[in-house]
Amino acid sequence: MKQKRSRNKIGYFIKEGASSIFSHGFMSVSAICVIIACLIIMGSFALVSVNIGAQIAKIESDNQMIAYVDDVLSRESAIALEDDLLKVENVASVQFVTREQAMDEFLDEQEDPSLFDGVEASVLEDRYIVYVDDVEQIEATKVALEQVEGISDIRLQLDVANGIITARNVVMIISIVLIIVLSIVSVFIMSNTIKLTTFERREEIAVMKMVGATDSFIRWPFVYEGLIMGLFGGLLAFLLQWGIYTLMSDLIGAYSIATLIDIIPFRNMIQYVLPVFLGAGFLVGIGGSLSAIKNYLKV
Amino acid sequence: MVVMTDVYKAYENGIRAINGVSMTINDGEFVFLVGPSGSGKSTVIKLLTGEVAPTSGELIVNDFDLNQIKPKTMPYMRRTLGVIFQDFRLVEKKTVYENVAFAMRVVGASNREIRKRVPYVLELVGLSNKQKMLPNELSGGEQQRVAIARALVNNPKMIIADEPTGNLDPSRSLEIMLLLEKINELGTTVLTVTHERELVNRFYKRVIAIDNGRIISDGMDGYYNYESEAEQGTEAEENECEAETQPE
Repeated sequence: MKQKRSRNKIGYFIKEGASSIFSHGFMSVSAICVIIACLIIMGSFALVSVNIGAQIAKIESDNQMIAYVDDVLSRESAIALEDDLLKVENVASVQFVTREQAMDEFLDEQEDPSLFDGVEASVLEDRYIVYVDDVEQIEATKVALEQVEGISDIRLQLDVANGIITARNVVMIISIVLIIVLSIVSVFIMSNTIKLTTFERREEIAVMKMVGATDSFIRWPFVYEGLIMGLFGGLLAFLLQWGIYTLMSDLIGAYSIATLIDIIPFRNMIQYVLPVFLGAGFLVGIGGSLSAIKNYLKV
Repeated sequence: MVVMTDVYKAYENGIRAINGVSMTINDGEFVFLVGPSGSGKSTVIKLLTGEVAPTSGELIVNDFDLNQIKPKTMPYMRRTLGVIFQDFRLVEKKTVYENVAFAMRVVGASNREIRKRVPYVLELVGLSNKQKMLPNELSGGEQQRVAIARALVNNPKMIIADEPTGNLDPSRSLEIMLLLEKINELGTTVLTVTHERELVNRFYKRVIAIDNGRIISDGMDGYYNYESEAEQGTEAEENECEAETQPE
């Protein structure tokens, strides 16, 4: 019986909340639009940030340094260096490459290997390919590797890694600032929309109080109104974000230069993006409606 | 049942609306509360419905002590009352049926209870055939009947009618009063605030007359005393006002 009553009530709250959204359509539409705009702006920055993060991870995974082994070492001593290199902090793995293998690879890369017919492999050094765990620490790792006895030189290309890290940090800071500012804006707009409803329905609220409705009963329809608008805005923003993201990644993919950049397909991120958007809509809806009716109930 | 003992009410702006009112209204009574504008009638109603709290004195409404009542308990006190206003206070966009059902819904009644009770109450007030109409499609008398149905639907112990006939012509007013009398005969206490002398005298009920925030008469003799004393009081006040505003 009690369960039936509460189901009854929830149905009533949702109905009241929804009908009040339609009764002042313009304000509701504008509140939903603001939520959508805020979510898309936040979402776009977050997605760019995620993509840069993925790019960095990719660079990290094939981020390698080449550690050249001093010529004076014998092949056996050179192979024995592996343990010393692995002891260096941030070194994930190493791979020994003999000068002959290096020569073969070099020749493979040339368009016309015959040009190098007379060149002996002995001009090259034995080397290790060193993989690191964290690309941000790569410079410190390079210095540490140089200290290893038997290593003559380290070759590393840092510029790309550094540029990407800076870009990621900038995007991340912008994302965080935007998320804070736009959340406040969304809650404020939502709160004002619902304040309008409470104003329109002040006589109804007075009647409710008069016949003995509890504060929580009076509050619920407004909470549902905010909730419905928030979730609807979140869902629409998600769909729009999907469209925009796909369009943008297609555009970027169309430039041949951009083939170096791997863009994460949107469908791989749905499981994260959808809950975040709906959750943000939920919080904005609840937050806005509670702040709108907080003062109203004291009357 | 209402017990007021030496109740005072002063508003924040300094107006002393009630100055030591004591009265008891027993269950099942029909009482008229009469008095001129500004006499304190409305404040008595507001005190009884919990809209304002007494400054001092004891006030008990249907076993709820309004001096001690917590905000959380107030809605439950209000459920023992049915209030009717001069301006009806119906929700314009809801039909007659919905306006009445709404009062049941907000106190948590089930759909089944609502479907059973609302038609019964609408029949009692003579509006069975207008259930689907909106308030603005009804006459003033009919709107007040809807308000009465809404006040009755939760089966309150007491009906408080604040100038229920103020917006109605004499024949409609009489109908509303007869309806309130019928409700009283069915067992509900009725307190009616009015200043319609003829209506009051027609019913031979208990009449409490109030002026300047004090009870000036309480008895079964209609407008006895009230007419002379209250109007003299008002005239005296008006003269005072004139004296104050006259240029030197």
